[in-house]
Amino acid sequence: MDQLDVILEMKEISKSFPGVKALDKVSLKVKEGTVHALMGENGAGKSTLMKCAFGIYHPDEGEIFVNGKNVHFADTKNAMDQGISMIHQELHPIRVRNVMENIWVGRIPYKKIGGVKWVDYKTMYDKTVQLFEHLGITINPREMVSNLSVSHCQLLEIARAVSYGAKVIIMDEPTSSLTETESELLFRIIRQLTAQKVAIIYISHKIEEVLMISDEITILRDGMLVGSWNSKEMNMDLIVKRMVGREMTNRFPQKNHKPGTVKMEAKNLTSPNPHSFKNVSFQVRKGEILGIGGLVGAQRTELMEAVFGLRKIAEGQIFIDGKEVTIHSPSEAIRHKMALLTEERRFTGIIPMLSVEDNIVIANQSAHKRAYTGGKLFLSKKKRAQDAKKYVDSFSIKTPGLKTQIQYLSGGNQQKALLGRWMLINPDLLILDEPTRGIDVGAKYEIYSLMEQMAAEGKSVIMISSEMPELMGMSDRIMVMCEGRLSGIIEGNEVTEERIMYLASMVEEARSDTEKGGLDTDER
Amino acid sequence: MNGKKLDIRNLMMNYALYIIMILMIGAIAVISPKFLSLRVLTDILTQSSTRILVALGCMFIIVSGSADLSGGRVVGLTAVVAGSLAQTSEYYIKFWPGLPEMPIIVPVLAAVLVGVLVGAFNGIAVAKLKVPAFLATLGTQMVVYGVNCLYFNKAPNNSQPLGGFLKSFSKLGTGNIGGVPYLVIIALGCAVAVWILQTKTCLGKEIFAVGGNPIAAKVSGINVFKILMITYMLAGALYGLAGCLEATRTGSASSSYGLSYELDAIASCIVGGCSAGGGVGTVGGVVFGVLIFNIINYGLTFIGLSSYWQFIVKGLIIIIAVAIDVRKYAGKD
Repeated sequence: MDQLDVILEMKEISKSFPGVKALDKVSLKVKEGTVHALMGENGAGKSTLMKCAFGIYHPDEGEIFVNGKNVHFADTKNAMDQGISMIHQELHPIRVRNVMENIWVGRIPYKKIGGVKWVDYKTMYDKTVQLFEHLGITINPREMVSNLSVSHCQLLEIARAVSYGAKVIIMDEPTSSLTETESELLFRIIRQLTAQKVAIIYISHKIEEVLMISDEITILRDGMLVGSWNSKEMNMDLIVKRMVGREMTNRFPQKNHKPGTVKMEAKNLTSPNPHSFKNVSFQVRKGEILGIGGLVGAQRTELMEAVFGLRKIAEGQIFIDGKEVTIHSPSEAIRHKMALLTEERRFTGIIPMLSVEDNIVIANQSAHKRAYTGGKLFLSKKKRAQDAKKYVDSFSIKTPGLKTQIQYLSGGNQQKALLGRWMLINPDLLILDEPTRGIDVGAKYEIYSLMEQMAAEGKSVIMISSEMPELMGMSDRIMVMCEGRLSGIIEGNEVTEERIMYLASMVEEARSDTEKGGLDTDER
Repeated sequence: MNGKKLDIRNLMMNYALYIIMILMIGAIAVISPKFLSLRVLTDILTQSSTRILVALGCMFIIVSGSADLSGGRVVGLTAVVAGSLAQTSEYYIKFWPGLPEMPIIVPVLAAVLVGVLVGAFNGIAVAKLKVPAFLATLGTQMVVYGVNCLYFNKAPNNSQPLGGFLKSFSKLGTGNIGGVPYLVIIALGCAVAVWILQTKTCLGKEIFAVGGNPIAAKVSGINVFKILMITYMLAGALYGLAGCLEATRTGSASSSYGLSYELDAIASCIVGGCSAGGGVGTVGGVVFGVLIFNIINYGLTFIGLSSYWQFIVKGLIIIIAVAIDVRKYAGKD
């Protein structure tokens, strides 16, 4: 394999974003006709590196060579001209057009008659058939894209990349929304492509799959290169160890809480969406912090949003304090003294143009109108200001004033204001979805302290987190999900990063040794 | 902030419309000094009064992050409904010949009720059936106009402009207390009521929250459907009142009343500082927006310019206002 030519080389690439060094001197060599897997935890820098290779980001330092030639990509068009293509995790085909028009969009074959460019459907069809035959794809070029499955849409993207003459195709989590049979089809096409000397860069969290399909594996951790290896030299354990391997530091408040009786129990929760959560059962106790781990696409957010009444539940039951409850909307969840700090602060959390005060009191004000009006028509300005000020002070939220629009605060301060919003309703069960994403270390510690304090008061906390140290440092138990299923619950004393990664990336094995009833339907 | 240059730019940005308006009033007053008289002021305010009500209704909708194109036709429908219930028994083509003369509260309430019903219709289409507001209310606009024409064409009226209103009814539109027209008092009263509702009640705060970020509002336990319903119904009530007053002011009513009032109202809201994206808007700004348009209308006629010029000037002002709005709210990340 060493005789193969290096088609894409990235040399000591560095890239910083405000406050984060996303990539630190990372190098990568991809040989023609091979599948090169890129692995690492969430936030390790895989996507950033690939966006540099595809001209979406511009590296701060380092050089990129295609076929030994030093190149600079101003944009993605540039990269595509040099034979680099990327297939994103989320596909955006034009659904209301047919397959062949999607492939040739922007370069539609035409005949010029009388000075007018007429679409040459015949040529377009023939070229598409030719392309599909070449790749072994069997999709009708005249089919409407809206009728295609996700995997077929993906094949369409691949065909399009090939039609541009791609020599390197980057695939970002291509199988995350595919079934096993669909994945098989994808692998067949990948093998077809490599036989034609096309190189594939394959980003995936699924270790088994990577071991099966890839020729080489490069692992990143915290923006740095761990190393590149021949896939034959690697196994599951080695990969997990190299992806993780980080020291735990003392960044968390001391644990003073003790889990008590069960506060909330979920039984066999199943989403109406077949790609979302299935048959998930769990409990959270009073005075407990339950961590939820998993990879992107594990459906953790969807599960918790469903528990909070933001999404529909097709089957399953929820019990609070032993009593079954049905929750159809967030306002009902709030009535059961639940709170949810959502993942996307900017899109589902803050109300940007309203003041810090408005943002803090909004939930409590709609849940307990009386507290603010005293049964009269008008709101008490004093009460609103008092409540808002209480949390601005106790969380030391940095803001010019209570009337400042929240959009002008920093991310960490916005997050603390949102926590204040939820603390005001005095919740018994606080659900936090990636509570420290994108905020600085100081604010992080304050959020951890608040979680600890809540648990110490006998309240329940559920925290979804993709940050391993945080998940391990804060949780009493960690429930790990993979592809919408519960793959295991790890008790505090048994938690290791390897165990979490193992459960998060391989639902098949995990299920067989942690299954305790419940998970009986295995459609695969 | 770096330097004075930016401050001046910001200042121009924030007050551009006020500056334009003052310059225009100044120019009109120079050409025709009589423009700055009490009588002209009273005229402008009276003409603006029903427009203010429509614009206030529209403001509710825009602040809640929605849109409403049905306002003008609702004014037309409610003007006809109110007028048809407020005719004297002597009138030669009384709309409802058998109907006794009723106290004016009846036509007023009927108009408001019709407005609320249309609002509920809009609310269901937008918040329940999830039809994009722009299209839903465009549909409503047509439906309402059709209903109005059918009603208006009923025998014995047969689409003739309504007349012969009760004295008390016409008085509402033409009378005054100490020189201040009733209409102006009613419009200001409504403006104050809306201001109180918007700034001092839970409902007001929730409307802002829904307009500012509907998902965040929902997560915070606000019933977004309910808020949108209430918003549309409140707007409908204001349109209804405006329609009724439009009949009293002109002493007549026909199905063509209120044509394109909704567009003027939307323009007034945007010019008055409502963000087209929702979540931002003040009563003061909206009243100012209505006044600026009416001053232009009146002023241009006053100095003898063709009324066609009004369209050109109004159109340009809308574009300038939105261009400023976009920079104010979208530019900040």
